[in-house]
Amino acid sequence: MIPGSNQAPLLEVRNLRVEFPTRRGTLVAVDDVSFSISPGEVLGVVGESGAGKSLTGAAIIGLLEPPGRIAGGEVVLEGERIDNLPYERMRRIRGARIGAIFQDPLTSLNPLYSIGRQLVETIQTHLPLSAADARQRAIDLLKEVGIPGAETRVDHYPHQFSGGMRQRVVIALALCANPRLIVADEPTTALDVSIQAQIIALLKRLCREHGTAVMLVTHDMGVIAETADRVAVMYAGRLAEIGPVRDVVKNASHPYTRGLMGSIPSLGVRTERLTQIDGAMPRLTAIPRGCAFNPRCPDAGQRCTAERPDLMPAGVTRAACWLYHSQGVGPALARETANA
Amino acid sequence: MIAFILRRLAQAVGVLLAVGFIAFSLFTYIGDPINAMVGQDTSMEDREELRRKLGLDDSPPLQFARFIGNAASGRFGLSYRTSDPVGRLILERLPATLELSLCAAIFAVGLGVPLGVYTGLYPRHWTSRALQAVSLIGISLPTFLIGIMLILFFAVILNVLPSFGRGDTVKFGWWTSGFFTWSGLKALILPSITLGLFQLTLIMRLVRSEMLEVMRTDYIKFARARGLSNRAINFGHALKNTLVPVITITGLQLGAIIAFAIVTETVFAWPGMGQLFVQSVQFGDIPVMAAYLLLVSFFFVVINMIVDLLYFVVDPRLRGMGAAAAGRH
Repeated sequence: MIPGSNQAPLLEVRNLRVEFPTRRGTLVAVDDVSFSISPGEVLGVVGESGAGKSLTGAAIIGLLEPPGRIAGGEVVLEGERIDNLPYERMRRIRGARIGAIFQDPLTSLNPLYSIGRQLVETIQTHLPLSAADARQRAIDLLKEVGIPGAETRVDHYPHQFSGGMRQRVVIALALCANPRLIVADEPTTALDVSIQAQIIALLKRLCREHGTAVMLVTHDMGVIAETADRVAVMYAGRLAEIGPVRDVVKNASHPYTRGLMGSIPSLGVRTERLTQIDGAMPRLTAIPRGCAFNPRCPDAGQRCTAERPDLMPAGVTRAACWLYHSQGVGPALARETANA
Repeated sequence: MIAFILRRLAQAVGVLLAVGFIAFSLFTYIGDPINAMVGQDTSMEDREELRRKLGLDDSPPLQFARFIGNAASGRFGLSYRTSDPVGRLILERLPATLELSLCAAIFAVGLGVPLGVYTGLYPRHWTSRALQAVSLIGISLPTFLIGIMLILFFAVILNVLPSFGRGDTVKFGWWTSGFFTWSGLKALILPSITLGLFQLTLIMRLVRSEMLEVMRTDYIKFARARGLSNRAINFGHALKNTLVPVITITGLQLGAIIAFAIVTETVFAWPGMGQLFVQSVQFGDIPVMAAYLLLVSFFFVVINMIVDLLYFVVDPRLRGMGAAAAGRH
């Protein structure tokens, strides 16, 4: 079953809604998204560009860029609601209880300060350590993320590190105060493939050792399959499916997830062509009525164009699809029996 | 690093030689200096005699070498107008200009940087919009008009500040200072504002646009995600990243303040080098003009050297790479 599912959740996101007011009306970029992350669990969040996965992460750490704003729902960290905290209180949570890792390690570090200085200032912001102790902790963290010669490297500047090394430094920065949760937004996208695997392995090992939970936002299904315990699939600002990684990858329920998995090349199976989902994800200004996926869905029925499905149990996972509703439309019945 | 400094020094010498050449040409091509020195009824033989005595019949390269040699040791000859040594004339006027320029620069940087940071951090706030609008006035109004308006308001209507001169000064050797008397300080206010206003608005707008840009960068977002305080982010991380262009412009403007104090000094009858230069132009006093040219270019070159060295202090990326990469700036 789901790892850690019997514990109290570390993070709970309930009915989260993120809006962007524009001149032509309000865009809903994240709509009614709910999920939870247990302590030590790795939740992968996948979806195409613009599906709202990065915005969900930004909303959790309270760093939505204006004019984007949380318009509804709540974010609860260890029983405490954090989405409506004043800036200063949320600042003390960021870095201390929720760490963050961004996509591009080349631009995440301030070029004018040594990495030691950036580590020490983060450590001293959150932990009551003296300058000497903070520096020692900075060196220990650099050793932990596998930077050779940490004692001397601590005084070097970001431009003296390679991309992969810089992402290690970024991970060390995220771990400064031993947060319970790390929101990692596409942490490997900017790196080349051989480095990607190292960084993912490192992130996995550190989180296991520290008991840190991770919300891993990516569009790379390979990374998810390798790292995550559970997967949430997002489509046009909504959750399409969520469930244990094995089931979502091998036995997806939602037609969109199935299409997504079909598009991944695999070594074992010989195929002439990978499956592809016809059409493109709708723009936020023109999300279709009913299920957002219905124009591209091979199984769409009448109800799909009229009513929005909520997440409902579909085998081991939960999917937002009318196929799995007991009063589902025609072709659903056959598939439902097949899945059950 | 040392190679870089040496190269910059060589460039500075080149610039000074070029300016020296222009200054030297003034003597040769703007009228015959002998004509300016002797009376109308001097015989041709006497003229030739004087020409030989002054070394003016030597070849131009030799004369140029002698001119540069003298200039390097501070001898610029005698003023055609007052027959005083030019070096002394300039030295007498130098403190007035330097003190005025210093005050104007402090006014421009001391106010321009904080205002730029503020308008960059809160670009939508009404005070920022108001400052942006007002700064347009500072950019577009000519200096003499600002000076005259200030005189009209503070000296004529309110009668609280003097409209001309330096006030009382205190002597320290050859240096005269207006910093130590009440009237000297009061006399500095209006000219400093007049001279510094344009630079202030320029620096403010520059810092603002740089701040806006830096605040959008990933490392600022990441600094927020690390939970750093606003103070640390705005001043520690953001402001420092705006410094390289700000230092460049400020350095250039400091040179400009010294060189273009001419207008302000004329408006306020400020007894500085600029005023001396204007008088010399009117009189055709070539030795003074030549010396002024050289001195101003010397200031420019020195300030630019300091700016180049400051890049190394601010930006660690330049330090490691040495002269080759630094040359791109």
